[in-house]
Amino acid sequence: MNEIANFFQTAIRLATPTLIAGLGLVFSERAGIVNIGTEGLMLIGALTGVMGSLYTGNVWLGTLIAIAVTVLFAAVFAFFTVVVKADQTVIGTGLNLLASGLTITVNRAIFGANTSPPKIDTFRTTPIPLLSRIPLFGEMLFRHQIPIYIAFLLVPIAQFMMFRSNTGLIVRSVGENPKACDTVGIRVTGTRFLAILYSGVMAGFAGAFISMGQLSFFTEGMVAGGGFIALAAVVFGNYTPVGVMLASLVFGASNALMYRLQALATGFPSQLPLMIPYIITIVSLCFVSRKSNKPAGSAIPYIKE
Amino acid sequence: MEGMTFRQRAQAILQSLYYPLMAIIASLLVGSLVILLTSNTNPFVAYGHMISGGFGTLKAFDATLIKAVPLLFTALSFAIAKRSGIINLGAEGQFMIGALCATAVGVGIPSLPMAIHLPLTLIAGFVGGALFGLITGVLKVKFGASELIITIMLNYIARLLVAYFVTGPMLEQLPPYYPQSASVAKTARLEGFIPGLNVHTGLLLALLCVFLYYFYLWKTTSGFRMRVVGLNPSAGEYAGMSVARSTLLSLFLAGGLAGLGGCIEIIAVQRRLMITSFSVPYGFTGIAVALLGNLNPIGIIFSGILFGGLSAGSLKMEVLTRDVNSYVAVVIQALIILFIAGRQMFQFKRKRKHISIDTHEEVDRVETEEKAGESA
Repeated sequence: MNEIANFFQTAIRLATPTLIAGLGLVFSERAGIVNIGTEGLMLIGALTGVMGSLYTGNVWLGTLIAIAVTVLFAAVFAFFTVVVKADQTVIGTGLNLLASGLTITVNRAIFGANTSPPKIDTFRTTPIPLLSRIPLFGEMLFRHQIPIYIAFLLVPIAQFMMFRSNTGLIVRSVGENPKACDTVGIRVTGTRFLAILYSGVMAGFAGAFISMGQLSFFTEGMVAGGGFIALAAVVFGNYTPVGVMLASLVFGASNALMYRLQALATGFPSQLPLMIPYIITIVSLCFVSRKSNKPAGSAIPYIKE
Repeated sequence: MEGMTFRQRAQAILQSLYYPLMAIIASLLVGSLVILLTSNTNPFVAYGHMISGGFGTLKAFDATLIKAVPLLFTALSFAIAKRSGIINLGAEGQFMIGALCATAVGVGIPSLPMAIHLPLTLIAGFVGGALFGLITGVLKVKFGASELIITIMLNYIARLLVAYFVTGPMLEQLPPYYPQSASVAKTARLEGFIPGLNVHTGLLLALLCVFLYYFYLWKTTSGFRMRVVGLNPSAGEYAGMSVARSTLLSLFLAGGLAGLGGCIEIIAVQRRLMITSFSVPYGFTGIAVALLGNLNPIGIIFSGILFGGLSAGSLKMEVLTRDVNSYVAVVIQALIILFIAGRQMFQFKRKRKHISIDTHEEVDRVETEEKAGESA
């Protein structure tokens, strides 16, 4: 029984970066933006979070710094895709390459290439009083770090915002039919820009959680596809916050399974379990693509005539 | 181009250079900020080392050409897919699988005459990459899955596969057991062809592939179909062209080109497959090369050499300045992608009118749609 609780606890922990980033992406995707550059944004969040925590001595201040810097880069993406109206995929790819080059350059300039990482303040496990003592479920659900609670509490809020609020209606309309929105006076450019900035906030938070919640240091390329998997979670979750959560849990469980297999099988090639999350992601994309809530204006720049 | 006066032609060429030049200048400017913030070196000094390290001497240019070869292949890989409307972000992985298959044949089969062994190795690289590219094509055609995330996921899988093979089945059985394969047999290597220089016959193969890219897309019916489908899938379908066939074929060719690049990088330069063989983002840099060259054969050659120079020069720069990291070159390459894709921001004079991401499409679209109409 303890094994099971342990497995689900790990799955939830590993699902969290995907969930956080996915909750941001679900809004920008609904607004008609495909941000392939999320991977790069998370990488920037991971590095600046560690730097912020190192300089301020506080993990939360570090996270705020990570979010601030990541939003700046999200603004660069928004400028190129929404204002200049360049191809979203190409700009996203450029942003990923930029983040990869920049984080390596900055990381080596600050920490050196081969020195051991300095000790920083990280997210600690905070059991919830009483609830964490429930057998089985206590361990699974209520012995986590605070960002994990935040991520899952955000799900109903995001779901409400998306489908029951004016903001959500505007975001969805802008993605579905930008021209009609423009005609009735909804600002397409402004809405899309803000949606990208919001997804930048979440990507920065997700990156900071990877480097300071799951680990306690930055390594080059440490996001390892997490940004793309978050994008896949939005597609697999059919563009709803609750769907994103379920998809993230599936991906988190596949990650947990990977670690379990690695630990179990000695003498078994360690690279093969590592492929599981990527394979699951591919398979998930093949299942959902036919009848999807993908907005009609997805990835198409809106040009006013 | 026919029927133009010399003056018009010169003007057209100058115009086509405007955006690439602006993009390069803007990228170098932003890049200099990065150098200022992360080192104590004057950016101009750093760039000086970079340029002289890439183009300063014959020896430097030799190194530049060697670095350009893999980029030409990955650029062609991106370009041929883009021409048929597919975004291939998987050149990275296709390159690795090509290298892996080439190593299997180049190391695994000993004592074959070169006339058989070398072509066999090249074919293995091409086919390996092509089949790996085809996976994406099949998933896209069969399930309608977007190629963007699939190709990226396959990149990670390819990297893990290489890691598995060089630490397992292909591990060189020689202490201290570095994670690398044995070296490629002499009969499966590409060597230099100019006395005194290191640049290898892979460069000639790359140029041949650039020519074939041009010939196939502009001089054959199959290539013509591919371009029509790329520009306007519904028009192509209407004219009786199969979008599915075009998708599969273009991803097969794109994967094959990247795979051939990976194969050549191993049998001509690195000589063995190592766990560190792919520390440079060959695939993604190829995207920058293709875009800077506007998916145009001649453009790709020039931007490939420029990027080869950036990468060879950046290593020199790191050694000479001591504190400027060679990854600054990656930053500059990334910025070039941003500024080329967002090239409209450099349109100052006229009222900003939307130009399509690839200006070539404007010219092509009219021409191909007319022809498609005729053949329908």
